[in-house]
Amino acid sequence: MGHFVSSLGQSVCSICLTTPSLSFVLRFSLCVPSSESRESEIIMAGTKEEDVKDPRIPKIASSIRVIPDFPKPGIMFQDITTLLLDTEAFKDTIDIFVERYKGKGISVVAGVEARGFIFGPPIALAIGAKFVPMRKPKKLPGKVISEEYSLEYGTDKIEMHVGAVEPGERAIIIDDLIATGGTLAAAIRLLERVGVTIAECACVIELPVLKGREKLGETPLFILVTSDAA
Amino acid sequence: MFAVENGLQGDPRLQAISDAIRVIPHFPKTGIMFQDITTLLLDPVAFKHVIDIFVDRYKHMNISLVAGVEARGFIFGPPIALAIGAKFVPLRKPGKLPGRVISEEYELEYGNDRLEMSMEAVKTHERALVIDDLVATGGTLSASINLLERAGAEVVECACVVGLPKFKGECRLKGKPLYVLVEPSQLD
Repeated sequence: MGHFVSSLGQSVCSICLTTPSLSFVLRFSLCVPSSESRESEIIMAGTKEEDVKDPRIPKIASSIRVIPDFPKPGIMFQDITTLLLDTEAFKDTIDIFVERYKGKGISVVAGVEARGFIFGPPIALAIGAKFVPMRKPKKLPGKVISEEYSLEYGTDKIEMHVGAVEPGERAIIIDDLIATGGTLAAAIRLLERVGVTIAECACVIELPVLKGREKLGETPLFILVTSDAA
Repeated sequence: MFAVENGLQGDPRLQAISDAIRVIPHFPKTGIMFQDITTLLLDPVAFKHVIDIFVDRYKHMNISLVAGVEARGFIFGPPIALAIGAKFVPLRKPGKLPGRVISEEYELEYGNDRLEMSMEAVKTHERALVIDDLVATGGTLSASINLLERAGAEVVECACVVGLPKFKGECRLKGKPLYVLVEPSQLD
């Protein structure tokens, strides 16, 4: 594990992992000085507000497995299933989100299919909010509203049940990872169309190279781990 | 075996759970009265009852692995796993899991489907629980049991929120006990 100070004066801890074909760096910020950070809109756990290193983050970061060339060549897949096998890392992940959102008037936790279904419900239960699944087309049985979004080639849709949420509610949207931001942006639009305010989007992992944050507009983004392996 | 047959008769939580489930007639096709658990998830009290009942049952059974069937098993499995200190293992449709997987085919009404599990998920002789929202034919749960056993786990029980009445009594799936909270809700 290497420790260095980046050109922005951030103290960054890096874990360098090598695969037979490629090497990549999984990086996480332990402490982000807000005035110096170009990522000041992206709030890392252990933030400027507390200015405290969150000791749980390194274990969470190291529990995530990166699989090269999945689902297709050139993609470094961030596999959270190994995090789910590490009971302490999984618990810590949920605890960090719950500590952030409890008592903040959040009545809706929306989770994007399918890996958002793993992280969303434990958070919803702990903060006393509803869990609202946001699904691929034709999965939800009742009346739905849907929002289209762009893929690299073509489009896809995300759906939510009519009546799941009410105007004026405050929501967070959960997914395991933000890449291009297309899915999260569609989820934001879907909830805003029915009068819900999105307090924040929350993901375990961000791939900043793909600039997903730019698609989220005014909605803040909270992440635990960033990865250069995109 | 239903919860009412095993110590929870008269438990008001079961009625609350049942009342929170919405019935959608003729979905996904004519004749099926679909048990929609999304309304249960909108009721934090009833959703918590589901998790509490399962956690109370499994916390002292030395279970180290909770396997949840995609996608609705992903909603119920993780809260149980976290509360009992077990790992969560997603059982997924083909092609979704990265890395090395084992897969099991099972029958649908028309044709077949496949379920996959990561080869690294299981340590030999681990005691496992399988979770899904509903059991109808038992095909998906049977495939899940097969995957876990092939990987060396011991499946202790399968658990579902909703089950058809035929699963009353000592009904087993591939020799494994089945624990169900409620029967299907009816249309008002």
